[in-house]
Amino acid sequence: MKIKKVLVGLEIHVELKTKSKMFCGCANDSDNNKPNSLTCPACLGLPGALPVPNKEAINKTILIGLALNCHIPQKSKFDRKNYFYPDLPKGYQITQYDQPFAINGWLNLKIQSFDKLRIDLFEPERLLPQSRRPERSRMGQNSKLKISIRRVHLEEDTGKSIHTEVCGEKVTLLDFNKSGIPLVEIVSDPQMESAEEVIAYCQKIRKIIQYLGVSDCDLEKGQMRFEPTINLLIEDQGKEFYTPLVEIKNINSFRFLKRAIEFEIERQYQTFQETKEEKSSGNKTTRGFDQVKMVTFEQRHKEEAEEYRYFPEPDIPPFRISEKEISNLKSQISRIELPEAIEKIFIEKYGLNDAQIEVLTEEKSLAKFYEDCVGLGGDEGISSQEIANIIINKRIDYQNLSPIEFIKKIGESKNKFVLDDKDISVFIDEVIKENLKVVEDYLKGKTQVLGFLIGQVQKKALGKADPKIVQKILLEKLPH
Amino acid sequence: MNLNKLTITEAINGLKEKKFSSEELVEDCFKRIKDIDEKVRAFVTVCENEALEQVKRIGGNVPNAEKPLLGIPFAVKDNFCTKDIKTTASAKVLENYVPVYDATVVKKLKEAGAIIIGKTNMDAWAHGSSTETSDFFTTRNPWNLNRLPGGSSGGSAAAIAADMTIGAIGSETAGSIRQPAAWCGVVGMKPTYGRVSRYGVIAMASSTDSPGPITKTVEDSALILGILAGKDENDATTSPLLVPNYLREIRVMGEMGGISWIKGIKIGVPKEYFIEGIEEEVKNNTLKAIDVFKKLGAEIVEISLIDPKYSVAVYTILQRSEVSSNLARYDGIRFGNNRTFFGQEAKRRIMLGTYTLSAGYFDKYYLKAQKVRTLICQDFEKAFQKVDIILGPTSPCTALPVGITKGASMFGELQDILVEASSIAGLPGINLCSGFSQDGLPTGIQIIGQNFSEELILKTSFAYEQATEWSKRKPNLE
Repeated sequence: MKIKKVLVGLEIHVELKTKSKMFCGCANDSDNNKPNSLTCPACLGLPGALPVPNKEAINKTILIGLALNCHIPQKSKFDRKNYFYPDLPKGYQITQYDQPFAINGWLNLKIQSFDKLRIDLFEPERLLPQSRRPERSRMGQNSKLKISIRRVHLEEDTGKSIHTEVCGEKVTLLDFNKSGIPLVEIVSDPQMESAEEVIAYCQKIRKIIQYLGVSDCDLEKGQMRFEPTINLLIEDQGKEFYTPLVEIKNINSFRFLKRAIEFEIERQYQTFQETKEEKSSGNKTTRGFDQVKMVTFEQRHKEEAEEYRYFPEPDIPPFRISEKEISNLKSQISRIELPEAIEKIFIEKYGLNDAQIEVLTEEKSLAKFYEDCVGLGGDEGISSQEIANIIINKRIDYQNLSPIEFIKKIGESKNKFVLDDKDISVFIDEVIKENLKVVEDYLKGKTQVLGFLIGQVQKKALGKADPKIVQKILLEKLPH
Repeated sequence: MNLNKLTITEAINGLKEKKFSSEELVEDCFKRIKDIDEKVRAFVTVCENEALEQVKRIGGNVPNAEKPLLGIPFAVKDNFCTKDIKTTASAKVLENYVPVYDATVVKKLKEAGAIIIGKTNMDAWAHGSSTETSDFFTTRNPWNLNRLPGGSSGGSAAAIAADMTIGAIGSETAGSIRQPAAWCGVVGMKPTYGRVSRYGVIAMASSTDSPGPITKTVEDSALILGILAGKDENDATTSPLLVPNYLREIRVMGEMGGISWIKGIKIGVPKEYFIEGIEEEVKNNTLKAIDVFKKLGAEIVEISLIDPKYSVAVYTILQRSEVSSNLARYDGIRFGNNRTFFGQEAKRRIMLGTYTLSAGYFDKYYLKAQKVRTLICQDFEKAFQKVDIILGPTSPCTALPVGITKGASMFGELQDILVEASSIAGLPGINLCSGFSQDGLPTGIQIIGQNFSEELILKTSFAYEQATEWSKRKPNLE
């Protein structure tokens, strides 16, 4: 018995950055505020209150859709998803069921193995046994993957339940500051086949949304949450079986996401070995992720199938998005530089490699800093490669530095080393003569004195010698 | 002085001419409430202290352009949120609920200077057509205390009929203004869906809820609708269409001689609205009303509409579905009493609505009902290509005896059979008193128009009211 294929689809939730909440005038700013201070009858679900849709949030959702190559249908509407939870004050969530703002998009991914990813996901002791890892035919330097995006829809966030103890009594406190914050959901097809691919997909989505400027996607603040749905294609005695679908709810870090998927692959494999249960309609289960034990756990039995009684939200008239509105948003997006466009420039114009691009485009502000520096550096004879290397290797604090200052500094250090080899040789000869005892130490094996000797040369050269060249000549001149 | 008997326009004129003060006006209403509300039971809450305090602040000011209702007492149905005044929707779940904000309708009334004197009884959550399914008590019909006032805005209709207030507000989802107005013999205007804001009205069926005035005369109805109507930034379903000055329009028509105006009007009478089992006197009074219009010079055209029995099915499914979702917030966690306080009717509706929205049944019930709703809308559109307005009986009967709703779970729907089609189509309609039965109970006709044709409806109604004497009759409650 072996795993032939892993299938993962993803639902990503992103809190939009807007002035006000999705359906009321309250500020969209759930952090750093006193609990329940940003509330009104609408987001508290008080009797008689009504939702009024936020145009800014709708436009930002359509922008995400366009950036993910989606089709924007003319007709759209909101629906009610009915379920009970204490932090859902109306007893239903306003969301979009069958007519989302954006559908049928796609995203190209470059897949890299984890050791090439800059984030620290690598936890050797928790890696899957090799036997459970499907062949990674899609991995490698140049492998590209096209992921289909089913839909991008808009909904409202719920409040926050805080389970705690007050005066010795276990209680649940409710904070509705978050209630009604616009939440975008991006749903992919189940086309990812490994945790690596899932992480690459999520990181790319995150980057695009950050570049669009519609959300900060701060994972720690819960501004971006992941819900993978996973199952396996298993080969057993020449036959193929699909394991039942499992959706893992509300993961808010890449590390947990990776761990949850890998845990689930192993768990489903073993469960199938025991039960031989195959995927069928109605046996999808929902699991949570325990961040302490680093395991998934069952939240909802399949018998309690999801029953949300969706129906069109009668309080909000349906939308008709005009061609003009769509073309306005398209022209808006054409003025925003998205990661792929910038990556293309970085390859074609600046000749950077994937590793360099990965670092330099990680933050939009860094990519812009780099581009500005390249523009300025040209006049100073500083190449795009040099600038890239300095930024990456010296971990330049670009947020506190202007491109002009930065280029000036590079220029200065470049012009510093004006002495040629001949001049340097003269100084080296002098230093050797003046420091015979030190040279003796060096010959005895105290190689660390080399630095002292280089320093002495620099002193005579008033810092105008390239230390690398000094070292080279010094080593040649020192008796072996 | 019995100032409580005045209409809104009479009271405004009296105040302007300083014939009496708003204090006296309000006091007469409270006196009337004290005298007879023990028998009628129209009010859930009487806010005497708040009202008298408000009146004091008016001082010597009189109604003016900015505050056209300054000092005019109003009774408001108890499903409209009133800041700092208990709002229960006559439901035990909300027995002690005090809203933190005013419904837009209440806000507009207050801004116009009106004085809220009390909150009126209704069928709990507006689920009913009798005001007998209030979780608190049954309101009685002022024309006969052994009869029901209709509902769900029965408290407001009874308060107007019994002269306990000068003006009143109701809300209609399908019949809840027109039917109690018919049984109580008063003017009840159900505006086009989206003409008056629903913000702050405890939702029953969100896609048909329409607040509107319940008044003693058509003039009053025109004045109040003009104040309440319009786009509300808190209700996305309100229309941005400009609001005509209804009162001025009908007065201009009246001055120019209603008779000449009504001559150009085509009135459609749907034969299906004289349903089997309709009370003979209701039918006769409707025919007499048609004769009045004929004499005024209107052209009467017999038309055919989809059998109203289909509207009952469509409305029942859509309304129950929305109710099941709208009542989900009353879980007793954040406010109000818990779910065990729900009455029988609410529970029944929640269950039926939950069922019709469930996976596997949605297409069969909700979706199909929506499709039939579209057909009903188209049916009206077709009719309005031939006629300007539609006229028929409002309710198939006069006020029924107290106790009749016991065990009759579809009572409301069958009572509202003649108003449900226009409600689910979102159309405006008005009830006018068309006369009385031999038992002295009022009968009602309704005039239905196209969307946003309130002006036409009010003009037609005004012409009828001027040609008849019915609105001047008062019940004897001594």
